[in-house]
Order: sequence, then structure tokens, then C-alpha cells
Amino acid sequence: MKVLVAVKRVVDYNVKVRVKADNSGVDLANVKMSMNPFCEIAVEEAVRLKEKGVATEIVVVTIGPSTAQEQLRTALALGADRAILVESAEELNSLAVAKLLKAVVDKEQPQLVILGKQAIDSDNNQTGQMLAALSGFAQGTFASKVEVAGDKVNVTREVDGGLQTVALNLPAIVTTDLRLNEPRYASLPNIMKAKKKPLETVTPDALGVSTASTTKTLKVEAPAARSAGIKVKSVAELVEKLKNEAKVI
Amino acid sequence: MAILVIAEHENGAVAPATLNTVAAAAKIGGDIHVLVAGQGVGAVAQAAANIAGVSKVLVADNAAYAHQLPENVAPLVAQLIQEQGKAYSHVLAPATSNGKNILPRVAALLDVDQISEIISVESADTFKRPIYAGNAIATVQSSAAVKVITVRATGFDAVAAEGGSAAVEAVAAAHDAGKSAFVGEELAKSDRPELTAAKIVVSGGRGMQNGDNFKHLYALADKLGAGVGASRAAVDAGFVPNDMQVGQTGKIVAPQLYIAVGISGAIQHLAGMKDSKVIVAINKDEEAPIFQVADYGLVADLFEAVPELENLL
Repeated sequence: MKVLVAVKRVVDYNVKVRVKADNSGVDLANVKMSMNPFCEIAVEEAVRLKEKGVATEIVVVTIGPSTAQEQLRTALALGADRAILVESAEELNSLAVAKLLKAVVDKEQPQLVILGKQAIDSDNNQTGQMLAALSGFAQGTFASKVEVAGDKVNVTREVDGGLQTVALNLPAIVTTDLRLNEPRYASLPNIMKAKKKPLETVTPDALGVSTASTTKTLKVEAPAARSAGIKVKSVAELVEKLKNEAKVI
Repeated sequence: MAILVIAEHENGAVAPATLNTVAAAAKIGGDIHVLVAGQGVGAVAQAAANIAGVSKVLVADNAAYAHQLPENVAPLVAQLIQEQGKAYSHVLAPATSNGKNILPRVAALLDVDQISEIISVESADTFKRPIYAGNAIATVQSSAAVKVITVRATGFDAVAAEGGSAAVEAVAAAHDAGKSAFVGEELAKSDRPELTAAKIVVSGGRGMQNGDNFKHLYALADKLGAGVGASRAAVDAGFVPNDMQVGQTGKIVAPQLYIAVGISGAIQHLAGMKDSKVIVAINKDEEAPIFQVADYGLVADLFEAVPELENLL
């Protein structure tokens, strides 16, 4: 079966971001960008499904600026077969992204779509669920285990109290949680080979999708700083401070 | 104008996060209706009717809503909103795994954006939410006809679970998409307070070295009546189960006291606990980033400090 994987270019997870002085957003100039960690897990899962003989083709898609081609090439080096870039210079919200992905799903007709559970920049955790709603597919969110069995996929999900397993009819949407797998690294020969794999570029207009939004960001601020703490010398001093100064025990 | 709150419930009781979500709804202002969807949820509906500030409880009791599969619950919520015309201005759900699973599906069915994990209500259409693992706070305004929002429980003080007397109304609609089925679940059992609602949380990280050593934290937690959490490193190493993870991708906690033991304090972990009132760090590495957010830091070997701390309490 065909598997579609959506990836996002985001600020690298190790970077401590700074808010711009004019409060218009966070400063992303000259900051290291990477593939969103949950998307790496999504690509890895698709590649493993192909290695097991379950998936026949892996198509990776991203929506973003032309520089997001880097993340598509990374996915191709990891084992995806071809890539689609929906080029959009502006930052889109989850619903617009889900609509664009729906247009790609209609065209590609995948049996399984794998996304990360959330992007570490917007922290929205929405796109997979929205794509499932727009496509009318079942959804297996926060997956820690995915097993395709015939025309169904069994997804074990990380929920607040533990784990839950659901059986979904295919085609279905799966969003990955941290524990699903450990993504591999791209080897140098595979990075070279990835440069020759097909990468198609389309625009939202060509897909006939309006990316209009009902939300706008008024300002972005740094969180309130915590006042500096102190170092205590002994456990006894710690207990004394917690009892008499902080009064929390 | 009315606000629909989707209740979180488990084992026949209303989950605490529902009370924080009702508090957020009260800040927005308007009639507050609570939807209880599930199977055999009569007792939950009665409990929801007692929540202070709730004026109506809608009960959708149907086998299709057991385990709250989003394929079935989302169309129910969308239908309730569309049926009522312009009556509902907001739909709120707690940002629990259920809320996060269901609500974006509702938003897409209604063709509106969703605002995730709000931590404050500025006005009926303007909200604050953390982005970039809590390293920035965005103020977001929505012009959508129906504002679809998940609420971070730690951002709002819970309303009283008693004192209300809402009317309970049954909803007949049964949506069974037939696309998904519940197979089973494996829930962690614990007698300690639930992590997200605990007043004190004791968390361990990679420094605990193995799962067995967590017994030191359990002993300390039991003395304090605390919940026990963990960093991703401790979960990935198999010391403790996933549902104990505190952080950007785990649980968000904001207790009165958070004690981080053997946790370095990566950005992703801080995202889940830095709104705690008092933070204590016990770590033998005095350069560990956790000391930058800790109110009280103790540079010491945790295997000596934790038992000593337990003895002194």
C-alpha cells in the first residue's frame, strides 16, 4: 500500500528561542532548522512498514517555504521514494495545512497517512485530527505501536492513564508519539541518492485550497521570568526553607 | 450566547480537568453547558450538574460513545453546535489526551481554526497560549463564529464540584461512523494523587539509574502525599511507564511544590513544570540547567539526600 508522510521544517529542538523585541514573533533569523522530531518518527515508521513489505511506496509531503526542500531531501535519504512540496511563504495554521494535505490525499490516494503528533514550534497538536475529519478517515493519535492487519490497522495510543488500543479501518490517519520508534540516521550514500529522487513543487492555488484563517496572533511575549533561587547547603536547610520560608510542606 | 464544555470523565466520575475547563468558560462569560458523552454515564451527568456555574448538562448515553472514539464523538459535538444555530459561541475541552484527540476533529468539521492549550482568557475572543515549549507566550484573537479551544488545566483554578444545580437533558443523536473500534486498554494503577492534580510532585530523571531506585522517590512522595513524575530520559530508559512523563510532550503540571531529582532540566522537561510555585532541584551536577529555574537547589548525591529528606519529614 501507499503511505503518505507529512513533515514540517521547524526550529531545531535544542535551540532556545528568543522573542523579537517588537513582540511580533520569535526570532528565527540564522537559527538552526530541522525536521520536527515527531515527523522523523513518522518517516521512520513508514520506512519500517516498507521494509516489512507492508508499504510499497512512501510519499513525503511538506507545506512551507522553498527551504523546506531540505527536510524533504532528509526524508528521501531516510527511505521515502518521492516528495511533494506545497510551497507557501506565509506561516499557515493547522486547518489550512490540513486542507492542503487533504488535497494531496485526494490526488495520491494513500492507504495510510502518518504525521507527527505535534510540531514543537506551534505546539498545536491539531493537523492529523483535522486531516482525519476532512478526509472522513479514522484516526489513531499519539501512536506508540502500529500494526497493519488486512484492511485494518491496530494502533496502540499513549493516553493519560496508560495505553489504549484501537482498530481502524483503512485508509486511516496515524499521528506518532515519542515511543513509536527510534529514527535512524541518513547515511552519506543515501543522502547522495536522495538528491536524484523526484521532488514535485505545487502551490496552494494549484491545489484549489484557500488558506484564509480565522485567527491572528496579536503579540508574542517572553514568559514571566522566575526570580533567582538559592542553593542550600544541606537537606536540613532545605527542609527548614520549605517549611518556614516557602511554606509548602 | 452559550459555551459548550466537553466533560472529561473516567470510571463514572468527572475528571478534575473538567472543573478547570469550566473555570475558563466562566472567565469568557455566558451560559455554560456541559456535554457528557459515553456509555452508562448517568452518574457522571449527575455529578456534572452539581458543578458550580453550569446551567445545563447534555447527556449523550450511547454504546457508540463508549471510550469516546473521536470518529463518533466529533460529529455529535458538531451536530449539537450546528443544530443550536448561533447559540454556542465557544466549545471548550480540557487539553487532556481525550480533549486533544477529539476537539481538532470537531474544529475541522465546523471549518474553523482551533486554539490549543490556552492559559488565560483576555476577552471572549482573545486568549494566551504557550508556544515553542513554553519559551514564548502568544496572544491570539479569533474571529471564528464558534471558537474551538482546548484549555490547559494548570492555567485556571478549578471551580467547585458542588453547589450547582443544572438541568440534565438527554441527547438522542447517535453517530456511529463504523470506522474504528476499541480493542483494549492497559491503564497504570496508582494509589498516589493523579499527577496533573497533585499539590506536590516528586520527579526522577536519568540520575535515578534504574527503575528500582524510584522506590526512594515513592517513599518520599508517600510522606508528602505527592504524585510521582519522571523525565523523558527516565521513561525512555524503561525506569517508569510513559504516563508519568512530565514535559512538552508529556503531562503539564503546576503544583505548589515540584521536586526534581536527578533531572538535568532540558527545555522539553521545563515546559511541563516551570509554572510550579516552588521548584526544588537535587542534582550532583552544579552546572545542571535545572538550577536556573529552581527556587531551592541542593548540590548533592540523590542517593544520600533523598533518604535523608524523607527521614527529616
